Amino acid sequence: MENNDIIKAENRVYKKPALLNDAHMHYCPGCSHGVVHKLVAEVIEELGLTEKAIGVSPVGCSVFAYNYIDIDWLEAAHGRATAMATAAKRLMPDKLVFTYQGDGDFAAIGTAESIHSCNRGESIAIIFINNAIYGMTGGQMAPTTLLGQKTATCPYGRRADLNGYPLSITPLLAQLDGTRYVTRQSVHTPANVRKTKAAIKKAFLNSMEGKGTSVVEVVSTCNTGWKLTPEKANNWMVENMFAKYPLGDLKDVDAKKE
Amino acid sequence: MNDKVTLMKGNEALAMAAIRYGADGYFGYPITPQSEVLEKLEEEMPWETTGMVVLQAESEVAAINMVYAGASCGKAVFTSTSSPGFSLMQEGMSYMCASEVPALVINVMRGGPGLGTIHPSQADYFQACKGGGHGDYHPIVLAPASVQEMADFVALGWDLAFKYRCVSLILADGLVGQMMEKVVLPEQRPRRTEEEIRKQCPWAVMGRKDMRPKNIITSLELDDDKMEANNHRFQATYREIEKNEVRCEHIDTDDCDYLMVAFGSMARIAMKVMEMAAAEGIKVGLIRPITLWPFPSKQIAEVAQHVKGILVPELAAGQMIEDVKLAVECKVPVEHFDRLGGNVPSPEEMFNALKDKLIK
Amino acid sequence: MAKIRGAVTVNTERCKGCNLCVVACPCDVLGLMQKEVNDRGYHFAYMANPDKCIGCQSCALVCPDACIEVYRVVEK
Repeated sequence: MENNDIIKAENRVYKKPALLNDAHMHYCPGCSHGVVHKLVAEVIEELGLTEKAIGVSPVGCSVFAYNYIDIDWLEAAHGRATAMATAAKRLMPDKLVFTYQGDGDFAAIGTAESIHSCNRGESIAIIFINNAIYGMTGGQMAPTTLLGQKTATCPYGRRADLNGYPLSITPLLAQLDGTRYVTRQSVHTPANVRKTKAAIKKAFLNSMEGKGTSVVEVVSTCNTGWKLTPEKANNWMVENMFAKYPLGDLKDVDAKKE
Repeated sequence: MNDKVTLMKGNEALAMAAIRYGADGYFGYPITPQSEVLEKLEEEMPWETTGMVVLQAESEVAAINMVYAGASCGKAVFTSTSSPGFSLMQEGMSYMCASEVPALVINVMRGGPGLGTIHPSQADYFQACKGGGHGDYHPIVLAPASVQEMADFVALGWDLAFKYRCVSLILADGLVGQMMEKVVLPEQRPRRTEEEIRKQCPWAVMGRKDMRPKNIITSLELDDDKMEANNHRFQATYREIEKNEVRCEHIDTDDCDYLMVAFGSMARIAMKVMEMAAAEGIKVGLIRPITLWPFPSKQIAEVAQHVKGILVPELAAGQMIEDVKLAVECKVPVEHFDRLGGNVPSPEEMFNALKDKLIK
Repeated sequence: MAKIRGAVTVNTERCKGCNLCVVACPCDVLGLMQKEVNDRGYHFAYMANPDKCIGCQSCALVCPDACIEVYRVVEK
């Protein structure tokens, strides 16, 4: 059988979700953002929520998420995405409201909003990309930068005495009464991509059902900021990031009930 | 008809007027001297009646960004704060103006700078009227001088905000917020339905119903030419507002020899000074700016043509006086009188200042 | 015995040549063009060994730019 016999519409098992439009994404080659964008678009499509979805994009590399996924978007000031999502969801409880934030946005400048939105149990989904660096501004230290990790603002490696410790914020959020589902995933292998997609789906359904806050942390790479190839960045992540940020569900209220 | 006269604080009247306007949401953080706004809303429980959302946010920063989101969704949303909190909101004000969303913000001013005092002040005039945040922008600034105006300016503020897709700011001083007066509240209006909002605000972020093209509310535009075009559009709106929306009250200005220009509680004290002056045979008129931006420059310049001098009493160390001086272009003496740090002058003090500085 | 055959198409203009699909492929099907580049200058991915493809979607799942479509048939 020739390729041309296989490549027919009736045999297609995977294609780009239509909601992820044809605009050229500005992300660097190999950037995890692209995979997560794709998953967000796929889940919204599969749940039939295109007409109800409202995304809140952050300040950071994913500031232009609104250019790539064809739903309604709000673009937040740095760190304020969950405050915006709070209002949007409270004013329109029938909508799917989610934020898409990086580590600087979510866990540094926006920490107060992040914690209080989760603590109030806002029925929003939070997609939190943790790549341990500030990508957009050129690779500076993030709250999640690992000890010893070199960045533009800790060029000799992060030191606890100078820079403080890396912040693992997701376990803090899991302790709050308002969170329904808190999980930490990654997108570096096909299996992990599938798990992250399932997590996003659960988070979005929780938002629609008004069940409280869902947090999906995606431990990610920034190969440009880390100065590695995409493949080596994945390996570095597995070898270094997962020890500080281990994958898996941190909290799932519904799982306990079942 | 709803002409029932009630007695309440300015802050409470504002809260009641917002519910009756059909507000969709309030997001705020307690700070003296405006906390009665949130307290009154929580007491009234409008979510049980009109469906209005009321939320005590974790900070003024969060509150203004909640308002930013609500306004971006075409909803009638508002926040209230006082001076230190308003400083925290400047970033949000800038973003909302840059995104052209219609919002209502209330600043019940207290004495500053810093944590300052909890007593009345008008020292946020520059911050309010000149754009306290970054970039070229203006909110429409309304200055109530009575509890009735605290109530009435809610509807006016929102109507203007939706008309021009801009931010309306009610700039009250602590005295107007705290004092109790008679007030007639507006009649209850229904909140707009989602369909009505979609029609009125086709730009609003409400989900792509019927698969319409996506709506994005953002203040970001990295293409300099496009960002310049955005700025030109904002400025064109501001020129339109300056043309159409200047509001001020003239009191006895037709044949006055001296003019006072004062807003808010200082205008109320100035009115007493006019009586005292009349008793001594001195003709003093008053222009009370109701919109501080756009400023009634033309109106002041007209009256300035036939007066010997102008006194600008402020609870600020000389802020509005700059706009008055610009308006009269040095054609008559313009003098300043202030009390600062939360102090409010007696009419006698103000009258003495008028005599000392202008009549001599 | 039924045999699973797969094939992929790559949106070559969208592809940034990050190589993650090549790494993810369990059957060594994919490679990056050695000399040819797209309009943006990237060495895009292609099926270097098309006969080996089983249509497992691994490449497409990890692709950050959603450039890969996957097709699959069961040969009888």
